[in-house]
Amino acid sequence: MVEPLLRVDGVVKEYGRGVLTRALDDVNLTLAGGEFAALIGPSGSGKSTLLNVIGLLDSPTRGRVLVGGTVATGQSERSLTALRARTLGFVFQFHHLLPAFTALENVMLPAWGDAGFASAEMMARARELLVDVGLGDCAGRRITQLSGGQQQRVAIARALSRRPPLILADEPTGNLDTASAEAVLLLMRRFNRELGTTFLIVTHDPRIADRCDRVIEIVDGRIRSDGPPGLASAGGSAAPVSVARTAP
Amino acid sequence: MPFEWFVALRYLRDGKAQTALILAAVSVGVAVIVFLSALINGLQVSLIDKTLGAQAHVTLRAPRESPTALAFDAPGRAISRSVQPASQRLRSIDQWPAIMAGVEREPGVVAASPMVVGAGFAVRSDATCPVVVRGVDPERFLSIVDLRKKVVAGRFDVSGDNIVIGAALASDLGVFVGDKIHVTTTEGGDEVATISGVFALGNEPVDKAWVVTSLKQAQALYALPGGATTIELKVREVFEAESIAQSVRDRTGLDVVSWMKQNAELLAGLSAQSRSKNLIEFFVVVAVALGIASVLIVSVVQKSREIGILRAVGTPSRRVLLVFLIEGGVLGLCGSVVGSLLGSLLSKLFESLARGDDGAPKFPVQLDLELFVFATAVATGVGLLSAVIPARRASRLDPATAIRNG
Repeated sequence: MVEPLLRVDGVVKEYGRGVLTRALDDVNLTLAGGEFAALIGPSGSGKSTLLNVIGLLDSPTRGRVLVGGTVATGQSERSLTALRARTLGFVFQFHHLLPAFTALENVMLPAWGDAGFASAEMMARARELLVDVGLGDCAGRRITQLSGGQQQRVAIARALSRRPPLILADEPTGNLDTASAEAVLLLMRRFNRELGTTFLIVTHDPRIADRCDRVIEIVDGRIRSDGPPGLASAGGSAAPVSVARTAP
Repeated sequence: MPFEWFVALRYLRDGKAQTALILAAVSVGVAVIVFLSALINGLQVSLIDKTLGAQAHVTLRAPRESPTALAFDAPGRAISRSVQPASQRLRSIDQWPAIMAGVEREPGVVAASPMVVGAGFAVRSDATCPVVVRGVDPERFLSIVDLRKKVVAGRFDVSGDNIVIGAALASDLGVFVGDKIHVTTTEGGDEVATISGVFALGNEPVDKAWVVTSLKQAQALYALPGGATTIELKVREVFEAESIAQSVRDRTGLDVVSWMKQNAELLAGLSAQSRSKNLIEFFVVVAVALGIASVLIVSVVQKSREIGILRAVGTPSRRVLLVFLIEGGVLGLCGSVVGSLLGSLLSKLFESLARGDDGAPKFPVQLDLELFVFATAVATGVGLLSAVIPARRASRLDPATAIRNG
């Protein structure tokens, strides 16, 4: 059997001392290469916690996470950083670009920070990606001089800069107007098709979820439903899904 | 450019106001250190120069005469005796030419001069003044105390019956260059000498008492033919005088004293001054370190979200650590360069403002390369050290928490 790109095995995440808050409760999930999936659920359902655990930014209390067949759980901070750099790309809601740097420098950041030196190849790749996301002429501009939609496109270019097999996007369109949101979604879809990059997109927006190949719904730290978007909406029995769809 | 340097310099450039503020603080701190050190070193050097202007670094004399007891205690027999200290007379150092040739080869000794030094009187008509007669070998003497530069009338000439006397003595006696005086000594010598020059060392006891004559004339005055009562030495490093004196004492068995022993109080004063300077510098360094550390800590707090992002996209924590260490080091280095310039300017300005009647600076400052190297090394080191805590804090930031809360 081919090892999936991502495997989450019985993950439990608890916070707090004394009074424990269980944010994730026995979550099992696999993602194969080339998938374009949405992770939905009401606020506080554990979406971002799951994304942080999958993104190796947070460690589970119990259970384990395997990325590309490598068991990430329990590894040292240094090997987690290396694994993260090699296999994962991040797109955040508030883009999280570095304001002191230009668009080009931000896109180069993952490869540059890992290697220590900037190479001509790195720079060429970053320029190419900026052209791909339609920002070829903004390479030398500071992040603060770009619009919200442009910033999110730079963030996508940055996430793709090391050609990671998996990109985790946390509300990538949450802060954008409809036109910009549409552009960002199309861009992610294009890279998914052209490069075969797997996307896991956390979203509140039903229009985004509807256009993914798979929708995973999480409620109270548990996976409530998992399947194609039509199925999830037809299944309609789960109230939280409709909550998620009507929530802003 | 390495990633850490690029990010550190970009952060410094981006936070202009913060960078300027801390640079100003470091610069002022370094300027205070440079100014204070330059001033105090300058004052000390000038004080030592003045002290040693009329004094040899090391002086050798014949050992003091001491009486030899004729009867000794023996086991089982105690005797009662009284030993009186011997009265001291002027004596020549035994075999002085050989001893002088020996001490001249001593490491650190740059010049040696034989002398006959004794007490006497200068007499002119009604005026009689007590004097110190110094019979010198002119060439050797001048290499130890350069009296030529201090001659205010006539010239330095001790050939034949010529003598050179202090300005205060000349005034007391009411004599001028070319006048003749009687020089009588405690040993019964009496010569008529011609004043060829008058000097002013600015040291009252010397200007009032010194009569400098030739070695030969002094030997005649004190009935010490071919003798020398004193050998004076000049050494390369003035603060090594005592150790050289010790070694000469051990080798020759003579009575040897260094200027450091003769001016113990001055040295104690200088050392107290140095200690207070070090204390002030220490507190300035602490203040600078706290300044750099606090600005960097604030910067880490402000940038914690960005640090989280750097870490999340795969930047190893050691690079994040280096970014902040570099920031601290660069702040220290740049601050010390600006501070050194500022301190030098301030010192020079201070020196040029306060001048004495003769135009010489009242507060001479001494700026040397060593001082700048010291100030730069201290400030850069302090910058690096004060960056350690913020840098460690930054490198240990949990990326998820930093992004969530930052």
